[in-house]
Amino acid sequence: MSLTLGRNAGRTTGGGRSRGTNRGTNGGLRRRPRKALAWQIGLYALLIGLALVYVYPFLVQLATSVKTEADAAADPVSLVPDPLTWSAYARLFLRSDFPVWFANSAIVTVLVTAGRVFFDSLAGYALARLHFRGRGVIFAALVAVMAVPTVVLLIPKFLVINQLGIYDSYAGMVLPLLVDAAGVFIMKNFFESIPASVEEQARIDGAGTFRIFWSVVLPMARPALVTIVILSFQGSWNELSHFIVAAQSPDLTTLTKGVASLASGQLSQGSQYPIKLAAAAIMTIPVAVVFFVFQRRIMNTSEGAVKE
Amino acid sequence: MSLLATPRDAGYRSGPDGARNGAGRGIRRGEAVAGWLFMLPVLVILGVFLLVPVLMALWVSFSDWSGRGSPLSSGVGFVGLDNYAAVTTGGGLAERDFGIALRNNAWYVLLVVPLQTALALFLAVLVNRAVLRGRGVFRTAFYFPSVTSSVAITVLWLFLFSTSGVVNTVLARVGIAGPNWFNDPSGVLHNLLGALGLRTGPDALTQHGFLGVTWWDWLAGPSVAMSAFVLMAIFTTSGTFMLLFLAGLQNIGPEVEEAAMVDGANAWQRFWRITLPQLRPTLFTVLTLGLIGCWQVFDQIYTGTQGGPGKTTLTPAYLSYQSAFLSQDWGQGAAIAFILFVIIVLLTILQRWILRERPDVPRRSRRGRPNPRPNPSGNPDRTTEADR
Repeated sequence: MSLTLGRNAGRTTGGGRSRGTNRGTNGGLRRRPRKALAWQIGLYALLIGLALVYVYPFLVQLATSVKTEADAAADPVSLVPDPLTWSAYARLFLRSDFPVWFANSAIVTVLVTAGRVFFDSLAGYALARLHFRGRGVIFAALVAVMAVPTVVLLIPKFLVINQLGIYDSYAGMVLPLLVDAAGVFIMKNFFESIPASVEEQARIDGAGTFRIFWSVVLPMARPALVTIVILSFQGSWNELSHFIVAAQSPDLTTLTKGVASLASGQLSQGSQYPIKLAAAAIMTIPVAVVFFVFQRRIMNTSEGAVKE
Repeated sequence: MSLLATPRDAGYRSGPDGARNGAGRGIRRGEAVAGWLFMLPVLVILGVFLLVPVLMALWVSFSDWSGRGSPLSSGVGFVGLDNYAAVTTGGGLAERDFGIALRNNAWYVLLVVPLQTALALFLAVLVNRAVLRGRGVFRTAFYFPSVTSSVAITVLWLFLFSTSGVVNTVLARVGIAGPNWFNDPSGVLHNLLGALGLRTGPDALTQHGFLGVTWWDWLAGPSVAMSAFVLMAIFTTSGTFMLLFLAGLQNIGPEVEEAAMVDGANAWQRFWRITLPQLRPTLFTVLTLGLIGCWQVFDQIYTGTQGGPGKTTLTPAYLSYQSAFLSQDWGQGAAIAFILFVIIVLLTILQRWILRERPDVPRRSRRGRPNPRPNPSGNPDRTTEADR
């Protein structure tokens, strides 16, 4: 409602303004810089304000993780710890299961990422380039699979993992995540964008399908592979619900599960915010590193993906 | 590796003359085998861990399995639609919990989807300016929350929105007494009505209800605790969607906008009449992704509130988990999961249908389309069909 009103108002004032600019181009040119400058300053102020809102919580997180609990409670807004203490980190690494959680997350993430890069690109290549009966059906099935919400799969996944006897094992935690339909999709789209002539040359030279895939096509697919690596790394490092239903042993607890249990206060008496925020901060570091290393690619890939 | 390579190598080398024919057929045949071999890992894993599980869970939702032994063993009985009935018409606690969870999530969706979309679009338009300095820095700042895990963000949020936390401290500095965020079960709309003096609803609303929840309680709005989750969702997802909008914005050629500028349309008009209609495909994507994501709230609830306070942050996804894994009521848990699935599918279809229909409605005003200049008789809806 108000949008419509605003638009109508804009329309009427715009009418007047347009006549003005059409009439005197010179006057417009002289007036524009000062007005543009004001706009520019306003824009930057707005952007900086917004950016602060987005970044400040993470600064608070870092600052609080090196505060004492009393300091964190007394002055939560301050970014300067008084006094500075590393006790939260010491507690996490020396007197808790945190290192085990971290190791488990690392193991699962590496395996899942490796698996997805390999299997997704194999399947993506098959769907993009190889002619075989049933390809259309498989493709349609993949689209359907992507539409299934993951939360709906919690109970189903547990049932099958339990039935197969891989509950409470790395197999149960890793195998179901080893492949993702969206990744197959990304790879398929990428392979379709590569000209087929290169492969034909290799084929004439007598290379087999896997050889062509492995030594000719895959090296060309590096940008798409990086996308898969980023998405899988982020996805499996941040995964929570699957690990809840796949294992319960403390030895198999991942960071997400462990930190979630910290949040509901299983390790501590009182609020213990410095410890919780230290745990959350450490958990954020690996994905943040991947993000900053591949930043340009992340921003550009998603742009390129839609552009096609 | 070599297994796949050998037949074709052999075929090619068998003779210079028949080689082309033989190799041609060999390639075809080899391709079919290779195609299936290449697909095999994906098919097996998705089959075993997606298709089979869904079928098993479907069976469990029609059974009285108690969580002991295998759900496929002979001792498990078929109970028909009992589990579905218990959560939708049972009249008991299960129905009420499901109603509450649906209400909570519906309000969550109603707030998060439009707000995150609007904010993401706003950020994208701001950051997309060619003359902007440091736009990489701003993009990074806005996108960063999207890469962190929901668990870590929830932990941070619990601190920011604690009773004497950052948010309330900041609010206090400007003279506002902040609420008890994650411990406050009162509904935001009820609070607003209460401030106007309306503390109990009319009988028409309090005597009747749906899914064990009175209409008055359906209209409670999100609880204060849920509102904190709403803010969190907007904070974490707006960056992702900003990237999608940026991609869309960069696809728009400058010609139309320049033409509009020459015609004298101001920035506000250009945004509503030129930019937004061209962003329509991206807008569809963002709304659909947002809708699907918002009905699956689980991690935040599991980490932060476990459905409390007063069940006001209970969501169907968490309720499904709770019924099955904590209360050992597997049939009901599975039934809730499937109802949720149906809700998500139906709403997605509905949304696509609504957004697809609209371009055809104001057909009569299309003649004025290429002219972005003020049009006194202009139907405000006519902007939406400019992308056709």
